[in-house]
Amino acid sequence: MLSWVALIVTLMTAGAFVASRHRARSVAHGDLAALHSRPVYHGAYTALRVAIAGFGVLIVGLILSNIGLRAALFAAIPDSLGTLSQIERDLIVSDGVAIAAGEVASRTDAAREAVGARYNTLMMARNIGLAVLTLGAAAFVYLRSITQISVPFRARNRTEKIVQGLLMVSAGIAILTTIGIVASLLGQTLVFFSEIPITKFLFGTLWSPLSGVHSGSMDPDKVGAIPLFAGTLLITFIAMLVAVPVGLFAAIFLSDFASNRARGIIKPMLEILAGIPTVVYGFFAAITVAPFLRDTGAAVGLTISSESALAAGVVMGIMIIPFISSLSDDVINAVPQSLRDGSYGLGATKAETIRKVILPAALPGIVSAVLLGVSRAIGETMIVVMAAGQGANLTANPFEAVTTVTVQIVALITGDTEAATAAGPAFTLGFTLFCVTLIFNVIALRLVRKYQESYD
Amino acid sequence: MMSETTMPPAVSVHTGEAAKKRMKKRHNAEKRLRAYGIIAISLAALALVALLYNVFARAVSVRTEHYITVAADISKDENDFLKVVKTAAREAFPFASGRTQKREVYGLFSDGAADDMRDAAEAGTLEAGSGIQRRFLLSDSVDLYLRGVFGTLEEREPEGALTLSEDGKTVLLQSTAADFNDALGLVKAGLAQQSERLRREAERQSAGIETLTARLPSLEGPELDDTKAQIEGFKAKRAQLSGQADALDATIMAQGGERLKLTNRMPSFFVRSNDGILKLTEVSSTTALGKPLIPLSGTAAGAWSLLSLDRPEIGRPVKDFQVALVEDLRAKDRIEEVTNWRFFTSSDSTQPEIAGIYGALIGSMWTMLVTFSLAFPIGVMAAIYLEEFAPRNRWTDFIEVNINNLAAVPSIVFGLLGLAVFLHFFGVPRSSPLAGGLVLALMTLPTIIIASRASIRAVPPSIRSAALGLGASKVQTTFHHVLPLAMPGILTGTIIGMAQALGETAPLLMIGMVAFITAVPEGITDSATVLPVQVFNWANASERAFDMRTAAAIAVLLGFLVVMNMIAIILRKRFERRW
Amino acid sequence: MTESSSPLPHAKFRCRGVNVHYGMAQAIKDNDIDIYDKSVTSFIGPSGCGKSTFLRCLNRMNDTIDICRVTGDIRLDGVDIYDTEIDPVQLRARVGMVFQKPNPFPKSIFDNVAYGPRIHGLASNRADLDALVESSLRSAGLWDEVKDRLSSAGTGLSGGQQQRLCIARAIATQPEVLLMDEPCSALDPIATEIVEELITNLGETYCVVIVTHSMQQANRISERTAFFHLGELVEYETTHDIFNTPKDERTIGYVSGRFG
Repeated sequence: MLSWVALIVTLMTAGAFVASRHRARSVAHGDLAALHSRPVYHGAYTALRVAIAGFGVLIVGLILSNIGLRAALFAAIPDSLGTLSQIERDLIVSDGVAIAAGEVASRTDAAREAVGARYNTLMMARNIGLAVLTLGAAAFVYLRSITQISVPFRARNRTEKIVQGLLMVSAGIAILTTIGIVASLLGQTLVFFSEIPITKFLFGTLWSPLSGVHSGSMDPDKVGAIPLFAGTLLITFIAMLVAVPVGLFAAIFLSDFASNRARGIIKPMLEILAGIPTVVYGFFAAITVAPFLRDTGAAVGLTISSESALAAGVVMGIMIIPFISSLSDDVINAVPQSLRDGSYGLGATKAETIRKVILPAALPGIVSAVLLGVSRAIGETMIVVMAAGQGANLTANPFEAVTTVTVQIVALITGDTEAATAAGPAFTLGFTLFCVTLIFNVIALRLVRKYQESYD
Repeated sequence: MMSETTMPPAVSVHTGEAAKKRMKKRHNAEKRLRAYGIIAISLAALALVALLYNVFARAVSVRTEHYITVAADISKDENDFLKVVKTAAREAFPFASGRTQKREVYGLFSDGAADDMRDAAEAGTLEAGSGIQRRFLLSDSVDLYLRGVFGTLEEREPEGALTLSEDGKTVLLQSTAADFNDALGLVKAGLAQQSERLRREAERQSAGIETLTARLPSLEGPELDDTKAQIEGFKAKRAQLSGQADALDATIMAQGGERLKLTNRMPSFFVRSNDGILKLTEVSSTTALGKPLIPLSGTAAGAWSLLSLDRPEIGRPVKDFQVALVEDLRAKDRIEEVTNWRFFTSSDSTQPEIAGIYGALIGSMWTMLVTFSLAFPIGVMAAIYLEEFAPRNRWTDFIEVNINNLAAVPSIVFGLLGLAVFLHFFGVPRSSPLAGGLVLALMTLPTIIIASRASIRAVPPSIRSAALGLGASKVQTTFHHVLPLAMPGILTGTIIGMAQALGETAPLLMIGMVAFITAVPEGITDSATVLPVQVFNWANASERAFDMRTAAAIAVLLGFLVVMNMIAIILRKRFERRW
Repeated sequence: MTESSSPLPHAKFRCRGVNVHYGMAQAIKDNDIDIYDKSVTSFIGPSGCGKSTFLRCLNRMNDTIDICRVTGDIRLDGVDIYDTEIDPVQLRARVGMVFQKPNPFPKSIFDNVAYGPRIHGLASNRADLDALVESSLRSAGLWDEVKDRLSSAGTGLSGGQQQRLCIARAIATQPEVLLMDEPCSALDPIATEIVEELITNLGETYCVVIVTHSMQQANRISERTAFFHLGELVEYETTHDIFNTPKDERTIGYVSGRFG
């Protein structure tokens, strides 16, 4: 229904444009030069205002009504059920919504059906209310605007004001996104920590958050994230062990040794490597690299698990090679030619120049490339989901299966457990992930900024 | 004129013997560094080649699918096509007896065979009538068998002449030459392995006995007795195992014409003769006992051949009876391999042989549509604001830092954002292209903004001055002059961003696009899946036949990415301006 | 041509028929020149006349540019430096270079000067190295200014000091020839004066070749001056003769300030 409303607002916008342009022409009585603004600006001004009013009311109304709706549904849970934990209440509400939408609920009973019925009536009321409000606002603004049209009306200046405003709002979306991320992650995280002590999460060594959760709340001794941190660290370490030397040497070769022709072949090759989706790397890791490592290990008498940290780490390393090499290539190329000349002029070889002048000069940039690579490895999901394990082993042995933060987030969210229950630990892990990668990113971006400034 | 006097050149520190030696070492260091670079690049190239080879070598199998032709009756207003298939199967192989064999006969046919007929009936192209030869899609495991995934079948002309004699349910085969020696050798090898396993087991008992015996002196009372009993137990077990192994070894060594049993852990052997197929159950070098799988027309001596399949029956889903059926049909030219369009025209299915990527492709298309229509205008407008209108202040700095950071935030975090904000807060339908598109738009924004800003910045200020000097407003200057000039760069950046979004998987898992969806989405609010998620789902499926489909889906995905990047490169080359 | 009264010095470089091409364009056309030891030689001429290009031929710095091709015969102490046997790295150790813009490495002052000795193995121990660094900095007239902060960054010095650091760095490598590509063009007049004085002193021990766009500078510091025009060596005489009795029309035009 609301998509129809959106469509009508769009049509009204187009109509407002045509009508206003026409009206501007008619108030000018044929003398278009007399108008302060050309008719098209009058049209644009009215259209923009109609669109902003219509869509603004629609979106704000949706947000506000969704907040209200949820509260109303919680209130609709019959008191006869006694006091319930937050998890149970969430479960009842989402089952009720599922019943109302004709989907499969985890359980069907009177309470859930009551919630479902309430949901249906509320949704109906909201949709009608919102449609009336939205179309009313758009129509009102249209009538106001069209009566304003006159020969001296500064439609162009006003349109440009609106356009500038829209531009600013667009730029502000970046900030809204960050706020959205922090707010959505932090909200659930705080709820989670109100039930589980933060120290148990950060320093506990047993991770099995959903075992025994049906009793209503989580066992604080089973949400220790240390095995996940250790697994993430192990895989990241292996990945960087592959990516840093290969990427760095490749960058050095590209910037100082390769002929133009060689560069013309190698650079696109690395770009292809960079453009391959991570799910493809995951497939490669799971179906080729892991069995290969397992069989090779068996041939030399090593027991390598078929979901080893090694396989996931190596493939992740391959994925990060082009990342490190292209960033390093950039910073190495940014070292001014005068420094190279200075070194060659003193009779240094290429290798000496690279080792003793270029690399030290490019070091901040290279460090920042490595940090960004680490941040990428920590946050990488598909490769580890497909090639690393699910079990939270606490081990430093790269031949065994380990699990990572991202794997557990995916397992929790896509698992069979009721979403509201799994959200706590999943969003807390997500928040941890966000904070850690943010720190790496900020340091890396600072370093690279300083580095750029020093050679500008 | 200038003098030709040449004073003897002073011996410089740089020309002495020591310097020369040093020079050599220094040049070697340079060669080493160069070699490291070449090794690094070769490793990266090797990884790329290995990856692509693994994908494409698997993907090519999807090119074709296999059909079987048998007669089937269809009445004019038939609607239970599953029954039609079952009846056709039963009638095509009337000799199948017992539940197992019947199930194996049905197992040759894909569920898709009935679907195909239903589709044909709906399209009005299904010919009704009885006894008409019709094509049926074969099941995934038979398809894989025909591709040689479950071992290679070898057919060999025997040397001797065969005499057949029926012996109740089995048939005794006697050849004038040692035609069954191969089979016998394999049986013996199998027995030898078994015997070795038994001996190793016996060894382990010995080890247990030793450990327990060593513990004896430190024990007393009931514990002592228990341990002693345990030792006795181990000894008995050891004797038993060794006895079994000895018996096996004796069997292997026996020179007589004794026939040995073939088990399902050994390769399978068949004999084709008199229009039927026998499965060998016991062999000696010149004689064998066979069980008829395809009934023989008689026991006349005549042409015969020996078939062997190297993968033991226990290790493959296609059983010996099915192998015999398939080989019989193949010999009669009733199995054909045709081009597989189904992969591109059907949606996901639990049956690999009828699963396709059409639904995922359409899902990707809707998702990309949402992503593009949000990320492109917002990204370009944000870039215009930051480059042309924003005052240089802390606020703008903050936006910049934000954009740069967002570009490096893990994609899964965007997924969580989508789950919490779009799904729960705004009530966007779960698994919908709308939800996916929104999340991917936020992820793509930084890429588009950064590329657009660079492109806008590259437009020389003189163009702006010229327009402003003619009395254009700042907004007009930007939209009439700067933006069109910056457009190629902006489009290039946008395409690259969209290519990233097209391959993105993790955030979509968070908003439920991982669900098993067979319907083709008809709008942005329908449940849908996308290509990379389809790859993920199939990669996780247990059926072997999904492997090649996963690879093929990846090949399609990579194809799209290549095309998009090519367009970006062409745009860049075509419109590249150096100011 | 040999009007100088002093005994004939040793010709360090003998160049015959030198041509340089950048891709298709010819930058140097068939030049012959002898450059003498223990003296300062200036290359002058309008921008783009090829004087810097020619200078960079003398230590094969042009090798680092892919499209640059040098033909002809350039001999250092009678040995063809473009011979395949010759190692350009070793050559550059013997023929040091100072560039237009001071380009100290982003390292400490000490490490800047010690760079050459370290890569060429000129000091067997720390004391030797210290002594070498000190003497080089003294020769460059920088010792008194930096002796208390040898471990601070070379990039932190003033422009003139940076250029003298680069000269000290070149001297520390113990070259036989010092090539200087407009070493004062990025410096203020006071720094220029100091560096000019330094160059005059260096001319007593080294073969110094300097490219300059300033005729006054050539006049002040060099014993011989070569005038280049459009890739051609037009006239090569003692500095006194070039500025007072130029023979070629183009030289006359240039030194009298009619073009350039």
